[in-house]
Amino acid sequence: MEPVLKVENLTKVYQRGTPGKGGTAVNAVRGLSFALMPGECLGIIGESGSGKSTVAKMITRLTDVTEGTILLDGEDITRRRGSRMRDVYQKLQMVFQMPVESFDPRQTLGSGIGESLRNRGMGRKAAGEEVKKLLLMCGLTEEFAGKYPHEVSGGQCQRAAIARAIAVRPKVLICDEATSALDVTVQKEIIQLLNDLRRKQGDGLSILFISHDIALVQQFCDRVLVMYHGEVVEQGNPDEVIAHPQDPYTKRLIESIL
Amino acid sequence: MNRSDIPVRKQKIRRDTTKLRLIVFGTLAGLLILCSIFSKYLCPYDPYLQDLSIAKAPPGSAHLFGTDRYGRDMLSRVIIGSRTSIFSTLLLVAIITVTGTLIGVLCGWHGKKLDTILMRISDIFLAFPGLVFALAVAGVLGGGLHNAIIALAAISWPKYARIARSQTLAQKETTYLQAAVLSGSSTGKIIIRHLIPNIIGPILVTAMLDIGTMMMELAGLSFLGLGAKPPMAEWGSMMSDSRSMMATLPWITFAPGLAIFISVMVFNLLGDTIRDYADPKARGR
Repeated sequence: MEPVLKVENLTKVYQRGTPGKGGTAVNAVRGLSFALMPGECLGIIGESGSGKSTVAKMITRLTDVTEGTILLDGEDITRRRGSRMRDVYQKLQMVFQMPVESFDPRQTLGSGIGESLRNRGMGRKAAGEEVKKLLLMCGLTEEFAGKYPHEVSGGQCQRAAIARAIAVRPKVLICDEATSALDVTVQKEIIQLLNDLRRKQGDGLSILFISHDIALVQQFCDRVLVMYHGEVVEQGNPDEVIAHPQDPYTKRLIESIL
Repeated sequence: MNRSDIPVRKQKIRRDTTKLRLIVFGTLAGLLILCSIFSKYLCPYDPYLQDLSIAKAPPGSAHLFGTDRYGRDMLSRVIIGSRTSIFSTLLLVAIITVTGTLIGVLCGWHGKKLDTILMRISDIFLAFPGLVFALAVAGVLGGGLHNAIIALAAISWPKYARIARSQTLAQKETTYLQAAVLSGSSTGKIIIRHLIPNIIGPILVTAMLDIGTMMMELAGLSFLGLGAKPPMAEWGSMMSDSRSMMATLPWITFAPGLAIFISVMVFNLLGDTIRDYADPKARGR
């Protein structure tokens, strides 16, 4: 089976100032490679500053790739820009860490969820109907379409953010610390929702789940990558990685929570 | 009475005044604008009709503000002058708000060389003393109301560009804009639908506060003979016309002066109120 998302030798260097003239460079991600199979849920864990979020930003092209290639569904999207990149967002979506901040404070949740639908030529009315369906699918009621992000709780807002992400039926969903800002009980509900969506979509939905919470990754993911200082230090089945960590960093990471 | 009631009640009373002030000053400003729109129909006499037989008449029942040295009714001239003064001020403020905001957003969003170039240009404009530079521009372009507006616009846009730029920089990396990118919105759409509605608040408040200032500066330029040309009725030039006779015919200066005073005050108070209203943190104080 062909991987739906394939990342090869992905590297990110953040430049500050001019190199060679007192400028500094931070190598946030160093030669990362992985493949995400259809229907798979791949976890990426690591401490803050390990480059996890940079990976998400590079794949969604919110930041430029320094080196390496990103293949989505067999297409090279590494250097895509403008309207050709906009087409890619039909297959690739992301759920952000801060649910409330991920919605425009001056627009209703419904307008935010329907934005991608309207951008793809759906009429205002049809998009409104679709938004209601999406909200119900994500465990909210239709009334949430008319609410503003500050009027709802973090968990409800994250449900709306998931509704927005799945509105275009993406093949790949990136969850960048999607549950980290929520309290534990709500976290569980969101994971439940993601699990439901995966079950419904079968092989149609692959998830890249970025988190610093090993226990959550163990529960939810089929496979896990452990990142440390921009590199993958270990990967494999989450149960095995946790039970028999090979890398010294992974050992420390697991010891610190148990 | 419960002790904890006291601060709550105090706060409530203060918040009410903001709303009340907003209504009062908003209505007054609205009246001024209406007056300038319908000035033609509000004039009791023809503001340009000269009648030397009634020249220099003091205020009385026939001519509420008296007449000037050509026998033109001062009240009518002040009313018809509101069209020039208020309308050109609003036009001026609209021009500088729109251009300043567009340039600022462009700089903040695009960054790099464009930002450096445009911001250095705005630095140059900010380094000049405003009215003096406007005098120079109006002097080069020649007199006339249009040129006075161009001169003031040239020196006033950088302030708006600065605000818009800093606001854009603050908003640029926010998650909701990234989410909009992922929703497949084009850059133009993101700027118009998401960025501008979120940064426009402080810009509008500045614009409201600037109406009074711009009115004064426009009247100032006209007073110096670089704005409206006679016989066009404009408050600044009307005051200038009559300043030689201030000792003998004070009402000729008084009428346009009062008009400037009232409108500048109304728009300034409205601007202040809107600032208070827009900033909920300042409201409770």
